[in-house]
Amino acid sequence: MNYFKMQLPALDCNEKFARSALAAFCVEAAPTLEEIGDVKTAVSEAVTNVVVHAYDKENPGEIFLEAYLDANEIKIVIKDNGVGIADVEKALEPFYSTKSDDERSGMGFTVMQTFMDKVSVVSKEGEGTTVELVKRFGDKQ
Amino acid sequence: MTYKMSGDDLYVYLYGEFDDSVAKTIRENIDMLIDSFVFSRLVIDMREVSFMDSTGIGVLLGRYKKLRSLGRKLSVKNVNFQVDKVFSMCGIYDIVSKL
Ligand SMILES: Nc1ncnc2c1ncn2[C@@H]1O[C@H](COP(=O)(O)OP(=O)(O)O)[C@@H](O)[C@H]1O
Ligand SMILES: [Mg+2]
Repeated sequence: MNYFKMQLPALDCNEKFARSALAAFCVEAAPTLEEIGDVKTAVSEAVTNVVVHAYDKENPGEIFLEAYLDANEIKIVIKDNGVGIADVEKALEPFYSTKSDDERSGMGFTVMQTFMDKVSVVSKEGEGTTVELVKRFGDKQ
Repeated sequence: MTYKMSGDDLYVYLYGEFDDSVAKTIRENIDMLIDSFVFSRLVIDMREVSFMDSTGIGVLLGRYKKLRSLGRKLSVKNVNFQVDKVFSMCGIYDIVSKL
């Protein structure tokens, strides 16, 4: 079992850093290029959601990122202390976005669900959101 | 971002990682080109784009709607494997053709 934990300001320049860090971390489990791409994309979605939705721009909070690698399985936790999601079920629907005026596609959670083996979202209004992503490498071989 | 006119097509070449941190710049630059040139089809060439997430989908759908209201078409070209997977699962190819 290997793991890392980090905490970084919810700034857009950290979206690339976070997904690249995760991609580098899972290399130890010898994932295929496609699997690395899947993890990178899903992490980018979750971290971008923290930057875009969780906090107000004038007063950005923090992104809490944890990853646990056990044999061929990675679990990634992306957490914030932001506004939270009022209706999680609705938020998970394809093309649903509370920021469609800003041309957000509303496909972030759908991308996470398609690219990862398991996605769970726990959120409370006014307290924050925790997204858990799990992927097993080598499932297709 | 660079661009060129080729016959009736306006080609736009994107570079690097297409995410939330660059979306606004890409959107504004493409819109400026759309407003400045006469063409019938916008072709976005993504050969040099190494990564894109659903933020890119939002930007592309926005340009698609703008172009449609002007009676113009949108295509994408040279999409890498990771980007193609995001495009496919979001159903982009139902409305934007891949050259
Ligand atoms: N960390 C978060 N904090 C608050 N709201 C969130 C968070 N993540 C997602 N949401 C809400 O869920 C909706 C759907 O998210 P997503 O599928 O990624 O679409 P998009 O980001 O394009 O709006 C968002 O529009 C937003 O309202
Ligand atoms: Mg999103």
